[in-house]
Amino acid sequence: MAQGQTAPGIVAGRLSSEDLTANFGDLHPAYAPHEAAVAADRCYFCHDAPCVTACPTDIDIPLFIRQIQAGNPEGAAETILNQNILGGMCARVCPTETLCEEVCVREVAEGKPVEIGRLQRYATDTLMAQDIHPFTRAAPTGKRVAVVGAGPAGLACAHRLAMLGHDVVIHEAKPKPGGLNEFGIAAYKTTEDFAAREVDWLMKIGGITMESGRALGDGLTLEALKAEYDAVFLSIGLAGVNALTVDGDDRDGVRDAVDFIAELRQAEDLSSLPVGRNVVVIGGGMTAIDAAVQSKLLGAENVTVAYRRSRDEMGASRFEQDLAASKGVKVMFNLRPVAVHGKGAAAQVELEYTRSEGGRLTGTGETLRLPADQVFRAIGQSLQGAPDALALDGRKIAVDDRGRTSLPGVWAGGDCAAGGEDLTVTAVAEGRDAAMDIHDALSGD
Amino acid sequence: MADLTTEFLGITTPNPFWLASAPPTDKEYNVRRAFEAGWGGVVWKTLGAEGPPVVNVNGPRYGAIYGADRRLLGLNNIELITDRPLEVNLEEMARVKADYPDRALIASIMVPCEEGAWKAILPRVAETGADGIELNFGCPHGMSERGMGSAVGQVPEYIEMVTRWCKKYYDRPVIVKLTPNIADIRKPATAAKNGGADAVSLINTINSITNVNLDTMSPEPSIDGKGSHGGYCGPAVKPIALSMVSEIARNPDTHLLPISGIGGVTTWRDAAEFMALGCGNVQVCTAAMTYGFRIVEELATGLSQWMDEKGYASTREVVGRAVPNVTDWQYLNLNYVAKAKIDQDQCIKCGRCYAACEDTSHQAISMSPDRVFEVIDEECVACNLCVDVCPVEGCISMVPMQPGEVDPRTGKVVEAGYANWTTHPNNPAAKAAE
Ligand SMILES: Cc1cc2nc3c(=O)[nH]c(=O)nc-3n(C[C@H](O)[C@H](O)[C@H](O)COP(=O)(O)OP(=O)(O)OC[C@H]3O[C@@H](n4cnc5c(N)ncnc54)[C@H](O)[C@@H]3O)c2cc1C
Ligand SMILES: Cc1cc2nc3c(=O)[nH]c(=O)nc-3n(C[C@H](O)[C@H](O)[C@H](O)COP(=O)(O)O)c2cc1C
Ligand code: SF4
Ligand code: SF4
Ligand code: SF4
Repeated sequence: MAQGQTAPGIVAGRLSSEDLTANFGDLHPAYAPHEAAVAADRCYFCHDAPCVTACPTDIDIPLFIRQIQAGNPEGAAETILNQNILGGMCARVCPTETLCEEVCVREVAEGKPVEIGRLQRYATDTLMAQDIHPFTRAAPTGKRVAVVGAGPAGLACAHRLAMLGHDVVIHEAKPKPGGLNEFGIAAYKTTEDFAAREVDWLMKIGGITMESGRALGDGLTLEALKAEYDAVFLSIGLAGVNALTVDGDDRDGVRDAVDFIAELRQAEDLSSLPVGRNVVVIGGGMTAIDAAVQSKLLGAENVTVAYRRSRDEMGASRFEQDLAASKGVKVMFNLRPVAVHGKGAAAQVELEYTRSEGGRLTGTGETLRLPADQVFRAIGQSLQGAPDALALDGRKIAVDDRGRTSLPGVWAGGDCAAGGEDLTVTAVAEGRDAAMDIHDALSGD
Repeated sequence: MADLTTEFLGITTPNPFWLASAPPTDKEYNVRRAFEAGWGGVVWKTLGAEGPPVVNVNGPRYGAIYGADRRLLGLNNIELITDRPLEVNLEEMARVKADYPDRALIASIMVPCEEGAWKAILPRVAETGADGIELNFGCPHGMSERGMGSAVGQVPEYIEMVTRWCKKYYDRPVIVKLTPNIADIRKPATAAKNGGADAVSLINTINSITNVNLDTMSPEPSIDGKGSHGGYCGPAVKPIALSMVSEIARNPDTHLLPISGIGGVTTWRDAAEFMALGCGNVQVCTAAMTYGFRIVEELATGLSQWMDEKGYASTREVVGRAVPNVTDWQYLNLNYVAKAKIDQDQCIKCGRCYAACEDTSHQAISMSPDRVFEVIDEECVACNLCVDVCPVEGCISMVPMQPGEVDPRTGKVVEAGYANWTTHPNNPAAKAAE
C-alpha cells in the first residue's frame, strides 16, 4: 500500500509504483514519424537562420530539418552530431525556449516555434536506435590527452580528439561517467537510462579510455598529468555546493538538492526513495525547480520553491516555472531564508520578504513560516578541487576564447570554466572547441 | 448572399459547381449523396459501349505528390472508364435524374470511333432523361491504346467527325471534353465547334508519372513491379488548365463557345478564376476525392461572399471578365515599372527573399547584421521572386512607379504612355510607333 501524500515526515513509497512510473515518464515523448513530418514541414529553411546563431553548438538546424522532411533522419542526425556529439541529450535537456526556439522566426511571428529540440531528438534517436556510430578516427597522431571529468564537456572534448586521431584517457572521480547527465538532469528529461546509453554510444569512436574512480586531487595531480600527457583538458564541473548559512541549517531533513537529485537518478526503485510531506526548496535555478518538481512527483503533499529575488531574475526559465506550477509546485518570489525551526528535525522554515534596491537585496522585516519536514538547499554549485596553480576568473577557472587556462598545456571548459551559461549544450560546445584548439596546438609541434 | 443559380447550355443548376466524370460520379449511391451535399450537377462516370465492361487493375491506381504537411497537390490515376455494365449505369442515371430534376446530370461517353457505336448508345442515354452528354476525348491511359479517349482527342478531324455524329443522333447539348496532351489546345476546340459542339470542357488529365519507387525501381503506382503513365490532376494542374481555357476564350475562332472549366478547382477562388477566364461553370474531381463532398459548402459560400463584395448579382456577370486582359507577351506595357517593397512590420526575418534574390536573381535585397531585409531599388527588376518565396502573404508587394519618377536602376524617367515590344528599338522587327 502506498503511504499517501499526507503521511507525516520523510517517508518512502508515498505513491504506488504505477503512479511513479507515470509521473517520471518522458516529459516530451519522442515523436512518431508522422509527428516529425508535420513538425518538420513548418521550418522555412531560413537564410543565415537565427536559430543556428542561438544554438551554442551552431547546429545547422534548417539543414537537419530539411533532411528530416526529405525522409533522411539518419543524415539529419549526422548534421547534428557533427556539431554536437551529445545532440541526443541536448535535444532532451536544452532549454530551447531560451535558445534556438526562442528566436525561431515562427516563434517571433506566431508564438509557436518549430519544435527544434524534439526534431533533433527524432533524428538522433533514429540513428542511435540503429546502433550506428557515424564517425571514424583519423590516422593515429601518437599524441595523448588527459581529460579530467566525464561530463558533457569532457565527453565532447574526448570524442573530438579521438576523431582527430589522438588517444584520450578520461579521469573521472565517480564510478559512472556522464557527469550531470547521469547524476543531475531531471529524471523525466532523460528516461530509460539514456545518459549511460549515450556514453556507450559515444565511446564507440574508439581511442578513449575511461578511468573511473580517479579524482584529480586524490592521488592524481595536475603536475603528473602534464608530465604524462601532451595536453590536459579540465572539465570537472562544479562539485561543491554553496552553503546555506541560517540558523538550524544542520537540522535533520535539510540537505543539498543536488544530492537528492543524484540519489533519485540512481535509484533502482523510486518507491524506496524517501521524500517529505511538506518540502521547501531554497533557490531559483534549474536545480531548485528540478528538486521541487521531482519531490512533487514522488508524492510530497506541499512543495514550495522560495526564491529571494523576483520572477524575472529567476535562473529557471519561464517554461521551467510553468512546468513546476503545472505539477502543483508553488513558486514564491522575494523571500529569503532566515531559519529552519524544529526540535532536532526540521519542522518549519522561516522566510523574510525582500525588496531590491539598486540591485541590492534587503529584507523588509516581514516574515513568513512554512511547514517543512524536508528542506533542500539549491542556491548554487561551486568550483571544487581545481588545482591551485590555475588562475581564476571570479569563482571559476579563467580561460581565453580558445579554452586555454593560465597554464600552458592545460585547457578547461564546461561549468568549471568562466564564461558561458551553465548548460549541457554550452559544455559540449566548449569541450569541442577546446579539442580543436588542442589539436591545432599538438599539430603545430 | 449572392444567388449562385447558373445557366449553362440552357441547363439551370443551383450553383456552378459540378462534379467531373470520375469516381465521385461513378454510381447512384455517390451521386445521390453529392446532390444532398449541394453539388449543382454531375457528369456521370464515363460510359462505354454495350457488352462486357472494361476491367481495372486490382492494385493501386493512384499516385500523389504533396506539399507541406502532406497536403495533396497532385493526383495521378490509371483508372479506366466505368467498369460497371452500361444497363446498370443507365438505370441508375434515370432514377437519380427523376429524383433531382433541378440538378444537372450529364452522361459522359466513350465508345469506339465508329458512327454505329455512337448511333447505338445515344438513344439509350437520351431515354435516361440526362440533360446532355460529354464526349470523353481525354483519357490519356488505357482507353487511348484502344483508339479512344485522348487518341481521338489528339486528332482534330476525329473530334469534328464524332461531334457531328452526336449532334446528328442526339438532340440535347453536346459537350466535348478536351485532352491537354496536345501542343495547341485551340485546334481541338475549333474542331469541336466546327462539329457543332455546344460547349467544350477542359482539362482532362495530363500524362504523368508521379514518382519512382527507389527500392523496386518501378514507377508508382506500381502493379506487380511495373508502372505506367497515368493522368495527372488536382491543384498542381490548375495553371495549365487556366492557360488552356484562356486560349480558347480569346481565340476568335472559338470565342463565345461555352466552356466548362476543369482542373484543380479546390476552393471558391479557383472556381471564380476559371469563370473569369470564360468558363460558364466548373467541374471538380480531385478536391472532392481528397476531402469529400462537403467542400461544396465552402465553394458556394466563398463564391457568394466574394460576389456580394464585388457587387455581382449573378454568376453570368463574372464569366469572361478577365478574358480581355489576357494578351500576348509582345503587347505587355514595357513602360510599366514596379519595385518590390518589404513591409517591415510584417517581415518575420526568415531571409528567404534574400537567399532567392542574392543567389539566383538580381542581388537586389540587402541584409543588415540585425537581419533587416530591404529592397535595393537600384537593382530590383521587379521580377516577383521575393514575393513568391516569402512565407508571409502580403509582406512584400510590387509597387508601381509613377510616371515622371526616375527608375534608379536604369536612370530613366518612367513614361506615362504605353509602349510594347512591337515598337521597341531593340526589336529587330520593330515598327515605328505611330
Ligand atoms: C540539477 C541540475 C539540473 C540541470 N538541468 C539542466 C537542464 O535541464 N538543461 C541543461 O542544459 N543543463 C542543465 N543543468 C546544467 C548542466 O547539467 C551542466 O551545465 C553540465 O552538466 C556541465 O557539464 P560539465 O561537463 O562542465 O560538468 P558536469 O556535468 O558537472 O561533469 C563534471 C564531471 O567531472 C567529475 N569531476 C568533478 N571533480 C572531479 C575531480 N576532481 N576529478 C575527476 N573528476 C571530477 C564529476 O564527477 C563529473 O562527472 C543542470 C544542472 C543541475 C545541477
Ligand atoms: C480517378 C480518376 C478517374 C477519372 N475518370 C474519368 C473518366 O472516366 N472520364 C473523364 O472524362 N474524366 C475522368 N477523370 C478526369 C476528371 O474528370 C477531371 O477532368 C480531372 O481529374 C481534372 O479535374 P480535377 O483537377 O478537379 O481532378 C478522372 C480523374 C480521376 C482522378
Ligand atoms: S543543441 Fe540545444 S540549443 Fe542547439 S539546436 Fe539542439 S536543442 Fe537547440
Ligand atoms: S528559425 Fe525556425 S523556421 Fe527558420 S530555419 Fe530555424 S527552425 Fe526553421
Ligand atoms: S521572405 Fe518575407 S518574411 Fe522573410 S525576410 Fe523576406 S520579406 Fe521578410
